[in-house]
This record gives sequence, structure tokens and C-alpha cells, in this order.
Amino acid sequence: MSHIAPVKSYVIVFGTLMVLTSVTVAAAFTNLGTLNFPVALAIAITKATVVILFFMHVKYSSKLTKFVVASCLFFLACLFGLTFTDYMSRGWFTSPRGTTMAGTQVTVGPAAPAAPAAEGAAAPAPEP
Amino acid sequence: MPEAVAAHAEAHGHHAHAHHPALQHHFETLEQQKEASVLGMWIFIIQEVMFFGGLLMAYFLYRVWYHEAWVEGSNELDIVLGGINTVVLIGSSLTMALAVRSAQVGSKKGTVNWLIVTMVLGLVFLVIKFFEYKHKYDLNHIPGANFVFEGPHAGQVQIFISLYFGLTGLHALHMVIGFVLLSVIAWMAHKDRFSPEWYTPVEMSGLYWHFVDIVWIFLFPLLYLVDRTHRLG
Amino acid sequence: MMTPTLPPVTYLNHKYGVMSWLLTKDHKRIGILYMVVVTIAFVLGGVFAAGVRLELTTPQGDIWSADTYNKLFTMHGIAMVFFVLIPAVPAILGNFVLPLMIGAKDVAFPKINLISWYVFVVGFIFTVGAMVFGGVDTGWTFYVPYSSSASNTNVLMTGIGVFITGFSSILTGVNFMVTIHRMRAPGLTWFRLPLLVWALYATSFVQVLGTPVVAITLFMVVLERGLGFGIFNPALGGDPVLFQHLFWFYSHPAVYIMILPPMGIISEVIACFSRKSVFGYSFVAFSSVAIALFGFMVWAHHLFVAGISPYSAMVFSLLSYAVAIPSAVKTFNWAATMHRGAIWWKTPMFFVFGFIGLFLVGGLTGLFLAALGLDVHLHDTYFVVAHFHYIMVGGAIMGYFAGLHYYWPKMTGRMYSDILGKLSALLIFVGFNLTFFPQFILGYLGMPRRYHVYPDEWQVFNVLSSAGASVLAVGYVLPLFYLIYSLFKGEVAGANPWGATGLEWTTQSPPLPENFPGQPIVEEEAYDYHKREIKVA
Repeated sequence: MSHIAPVKSYVIVFGTLMVLTSVTVAAAFTNLGTLNFPVALAIAITKATVVILFFMHVKYSSKLTKFVVASCLFFLACLFGLTFTDYMSRGWFTSPRGTTMAGTQVTVGPAAPAAPAAEGAAAPAPEP
Repeated sequence: MPEAVAAHAEAHGHHAHAHHPALQHHFETLEQQKEASVLGMWIFIIQEVMFFGGLLMAYFLYRVWYHEAWVEGSNELDIVLGGINTVVLIGSSLTMALAVRSAQVGSKKGTVNWLIVTMVLGLVFLVIKFFEYKHKYDLNHIPGANFVFEGPHAGQVQIFISLYFGLTGLHALHMVIGFVLLSVIAWMAHKDRFSPEWYTPVEMSGLYWHFVDIVWIFLFPLLYLVDRTHRLG
Repeated sequence: MMTPTLPPVTYLNHKYGVMSWLLTKDHKRIGILYMVVVTIAFVLGGVFAAGVRLELTTPQGDIWSADTYNKLFTMHGIAMVFFVLIPAVPAILGNFVLPLMIGAKDVAFPKINLISWYVFVVGFIFTVGAMVFGGVDTGWTFYVPYSSSASNTNVLMTGIGVFITGFSSILTGVNFMVTIHRMRAPGLTWFRLPLLVWALYATSFVQVLGTPVVAITLFMVVLERGLGFGIFNPALGGDPVLFQHLFWFYSHPAVYIMILPPMGIISEVIACFSRKSVFGYSFVAFSSVAIALFGFMVWAHHLFVAGISPYSAMVFSLLSYAVAIPSAVKTFNWAATMHRGAIWWKTPMFFVFGFIGLFLVGGLTGLFLAALGLDVHLHDTYFVVAHFHYIMVGGAIMGYFAGLHYYWPKMTGRMYSDILGKLSALLIFVGFNLTFFPQFILGYLGMPRRYHVYPDEWQVFNVLSSAGASVLAVGYVLPLFYLIYSLFKGEVAGANPWGATGLEWTTQSPPLPENFPGQPIVEEEAYDYHKREIKVA
């Protein structure tokens, strides 16, 4: 038979989620610099974990269920992580001619004035 | 529910065997059927996570690239309404958990009532969302041909708002589906279909509803709370 | 010796009428329903291919305009990828055979199985509708910004059609995973499972986890094109390469959806027609899982020249080499299975040999493309076209045909003409090589893909290729005739015409509606051929 949690436990979980929600709102109004984003994510992840473990009963579920939930995180990590290996490492590479590979941030504005015609100077346009 | 079992056995004719009427014939036991259903729902849920994952990938990339525009876009959203919606939706998760619990202990009234409260809270969420969308419409902030935005990052803010509509719109669609699902389950509960031996549909709708809540748990900080230190409200 | 007769009650005859088919929950009937739609899609895709190859027999663009040509190769790709290759083995053969193989009465969710077929049909209708009402010319890859802004063809309708079809794949994947986890017969432990089941399992998690990403990506394109939202639009600061990342995150694992089940079929057929257990069973089983896992980590090898960072490209190149290893493990194990076996030359085995040779070439040429330096020259040339056709057609479709010919007696209770089957296999093999080998040369010489004109000096290879395509077409049409003929006049097969191991062969052909008369219990390892005393004709 599945585990039947007492009503009180659900209310405590709800209370925890409310506290965490207030914390995340408060944190948004506090200047933590570059930490704002990771903190917000960490709080969201904590809230989600609490919902998964208690509201969704995963704490009392089979190992297979737990594995299925965990595997999802792995594939999300592939999607985000491997895609970011591309975006984060753009611009690391500078060719001998000075270009840094097409694909960095696009800025649309008036064309830059023509650079002085230096031999072998790289144009700011993407590779042909 | 012995009468239901007997009636079901009669319907079988000469294959009379007593089993729960909800047991489908390709399963051996109710337990196996329940385990299969819960596993199936979880696999479906992780698929939905990947579904939102694609939109989130776009969100994360552009947040890194266009942080300024993300701050501007986020500050355009009403944090009070967003906060209320968060409380409402998490509250509906509580009531959903209580509905499942009521089914577990065989309380028909509890199941139906908590399901209805969950649905009402879901409706409140959607109504608030509607007003948020309407506000955007009034300000000409709907992305597309009529988009108007003051500021140097208008194009990038348009991307933010496109993703805002994509993410919250998809979320709202899932809530509507959940609402329909819960109304069916509430009806079934009302018709005495559930018991402590078999309440699997209630449990599965619970899983779905909590998933929808988890999506919002992420969307709220990601969309509404990018950086509120610049100005309040 | 008694000639077998068809059993009195089968899943085919116990209920009659169109509604008994359209409302069926029987996995066997649903498999056949899928076969009907997939076959129609195959013919459609073949017609588009004929249009392409016809144009390419001459260097000038003298049959179609450039726009029409673009539509032809696009629609060929869409029909073949989404409506043939993805569903062929899992939704047809997998649906039919999986519950039989594990001793179950049906899949875990029969109603959802039927719904997945309807979703497939609706998606197919939308997509064919888009083709009929003007076509699509973006390439099956829908790259932005052409698909989101510039193209004036039916991108929206096609995008919606493919989006809908994706859900069919997802539902099948969910169904199979739960079926395999929860409905195996007593005694059927994981390492006694037939390798086709391992393959279907691995495929299922690719279907479940990858398809939603392409679904949401197409959804974003629909938002951008239909509502003017800006997500990939460079004018607003969007990145078209992001589309490519998201699209290929699914579409690369998709090719493993296409190849893993046929590989499972190969394992089954090779064991049976070598009268030997598959060599290195656990290696083959784990390699299916490894391919599915690694397959999620290599997608950006489609983006090597799109403007991604070279460092990231190196990572993906390395991972692409790694994903080839489990496939090689399988190939060596298949060869070792045949070694000192007793080869029985029947039609399915012909298709298996075709598969192994062609898959080998296709897989090895993939390694050429995974090398960054080479890919710069070979990307978007006919080398790539040849590579993926060797795998998709030479591999996946051959594997599907092997499975079709292997399981046909089980599905219908009839044997087809073995001579005609072997002739088909030979025609397909010869026609295939004639069609696609010259394309490797063309790609190496620099002929770009998706062009309807080309320099005169390449005509010879193109003509060879088009000639091969006609032979291939004959090879593919032939089975339609002898298979349908066998339904009426074929010799009755009996429960186990191939003397194969596996629960599916212990029950009658065609099977009972509920598959088995009682609950099968498994006490043997898989492929226990050495324990069998079977005389074969």
C-alpha cells in the first residue's frame, strides 16, 4: 500500500514553499551582484525538489521512479551544458588574421566607417 | 465494492472471475496496473520537462547575451500579480495533494471538494494571467508588427517578451488541459469510481498538476525577478 | 508430416469490419495500421525522390524550376524522415512483436497506442496537405531565418504537421518503456530479453527525451513566422544558430531512433539464420543503451561550419568518434555470431548481409565527416547525402525489410516466395550501391547538395546514380506484389517456420487476439539454439 502522509506534513511543505518564495522575492530586490541568478535558481531548484519529494511522493516511490526523475536532469544538463560549450567559448579563438569566428553577438547598427586599407587586415564582416 | 466486482464478473459470461472492475485485462494485478500507470505518467512528465527545456535554452542564452534587455523586460512585468499567482498555484498544489490523500483514505467528499478547490485556484491563476496579457496588449508590448518599446534595446526586449509569452502561454495551455483533466477526475470521484484500492487516476492527475506547478516555480523567478534592484514594482 | 493449417481463431479473423480495425486496441492490428500509412508515405517519398533524380540526370535545370526542385527534395526528406524512418521498425514491427516477445497480452497502454496512431495520421494529413497545397522548400531541416521569414511556402502547415506527428513518437516511446519495465513474463529477466527488446527500449528513451525538443523548436518557428515573435530573428538580436542547436539536439538522436530498432532486428535474424546465440549478448545489449546515451551528445557535428566555436566543435568531434564505438561493437559481435554458425540462406538473411555491408560503409564515412578538417570540405556536399543514405536506406530500411520478411509469417500465417524475396534483396542491394556510391565520389569532387544544376563534367556519376535509383525502385516495389500475393496463396507458415527461439515463435501464426493461450514462463536464456534440435529444409 502506498504511504499515506498526514495532512500536517503537506501543510508544512506548503509553508516551506511560501517561505522560500518570499526569500526569492527579497533576494531579487537585494543587490548580490553576479550571485543573484545562481541564488534564484538554487531557491527554485529547492522548491521544485520539495514538491517532487513530498507532493509527488517520490520520496516514497520505487527506485525506478527516482531514477527516471534523475535521468531527466541528465538530459537537461546535456542540452544546456553542451550548447553553452559553444556559446561560452566563442571569441576564445582568434585567427592569425585577427578574426574571432562568426557567431558572436550581433549588433545591428550603421555600417562602421571603412577601415584604412592595411594589408591582410580582417574586415569585421563574417567569413564569406 | 463487491457488487461492482460481481456485476463485472457477470459481464464476463462464462469466464467469471472476480477482480476489480478497473483492472484492465492485459494486466495481471491492480498493483501492476497502478505501477505501470505511475511510471508512464512520470516518463510523460520528463518529456514535458524537455519540452519546456528548449524554450528555456533560448531564454538562458539570450539572458547571458542581453542582460540589460532582460532586466528591462523583467521589470515591465507586474511582480505583485506574479507573486499572487505563485502563491495561488503553490496553494493549488497543496489542495491537489490533499485531494489525492482523500482518495487514498476513501473520502469521496474530500476528494471531490479538494479537487474543486484546486480547479478554482487554477482558474484564479488563469484570470490573473489574462489581465497580465491584456496589460501587455494595451501597452503595445505584444511582439510582432505592432510592437512598440522605448529604449535602446527594443529588439532584444522583444525577444524577452516573445519568450515570456512562449513560456507562460505554454504553461497556461498546460493549466487549461489540467483543468479539463481535473474536472473529469472530479466527476469520476463524484460517481464513486475511486476507493483506497484504486485511485490511480487521481494520483496521476496529481502528478501532472504538480508538474505544472514546478514549471511556474521556475518561470516566476526567471521572468519576473531578473533584477529588481534598479527600481521597485 | 502434417501440413500446417491456419489456426481457427486469430487476431485477424476474430472480429470483422472497418470499425473493428479503427477502434482496435490490439497492438498487432495497430502495427498493421501503422504499416499502411508508412507504406503510403514511403511511396510518396519515393515519388519525390524520382523527381529529384530525374532532374539530376542532366546538368541543366531543364525539368523543374529551382523552386520546384527545392520543394521536391524537402518533401522527400520530410516524408521519409518523419513518416517512414522514425516509425518503421518501432511502430510497425515493434508494436506487433514486443508484447509477444516478452510474453504479455498487449502493451501497457493499448488505448494510448491507438491514439498514437490517430495522432500519426492527423500529422500525416496536415503534412501531406501542406505538400499538396503548394509544398515546402526549406529543406527538411527548416533552417531559420529562411523558414521563419523569407520562404513563401507552406512552412506553418508543415511545421504543425510534424509537431503533431512528434507526439505519436513520444506516446509510443512511453508505452514501450513501461511495457518493457512492467510486463515481462515470469522468469524473463533483463539479460534473457531478446536483443530487439533492448534496442526498442533504448530507442524509446530517445523518442521520449529528444522529440519534445524539436517539437518546441518547431513551435518557436511557428510563433516567429505566424505571429511575428522574435526568437531567432537576427534583426532583433536573435541567433539563427540557436535554431540549429535546438533542431539537431533532437534530429541527431533521431537517427538513432531510426537505426537502433533495425539493429535489433539484425541481431534476431542473424542468431536465427546462423543457428547460434548472439556473440557477446551483454555487449550488444549495452551498446544499444550506449548509442542512445552518447547520441544525445554529438548533435553539433551538424553545425561544424555554421559558426560555432572551434573549441566546442572539437568536443563534439571527439564525442562523435566515441558514438561510433558501440556500433562497431555490434558489427563485430554480429560477425562473430556467424562464425562457425550454420548459415541458412533465406530472404531475411539476404537483407541482413545487405545491411551489414551498407551500414559498415555508411558508418565509416560518418567518421570522415566527424573529422573537423575533412568536414569543412565535405559539408553540404553529396558526400554527406551518400553517407546518410547508406545508413538510413542501406541500414535502417534494409533492417526493416529484414524484419518484415522475418516476421511476415508470424503476422500473416503465410510464407511468401523465397526466390522473389531474395531477388528483391539483390535488386535493392545492387540498385542502392549504384545510386549512392557515385554520390560519395561526387561529394569528394565538390558537388554541393540541394542544387538542381551542376557542371557538365559530373554528369556521368549523376546518370549512374539516377539509373541505380530505377533499379532500387523495382527492388522496393517487388515485395508489394509477392507479399500481398502470399496473403491469398502463400504456403501456411505454422507457429515457427524458421525454427527460431523466442516467445513470439511459441504461439500460433497469426497469433491469438490475446497472444498466448496461457501465461508463458521463461526458463531459458535468449537464443538457446544449441539446445534445439531443429531440422530445417
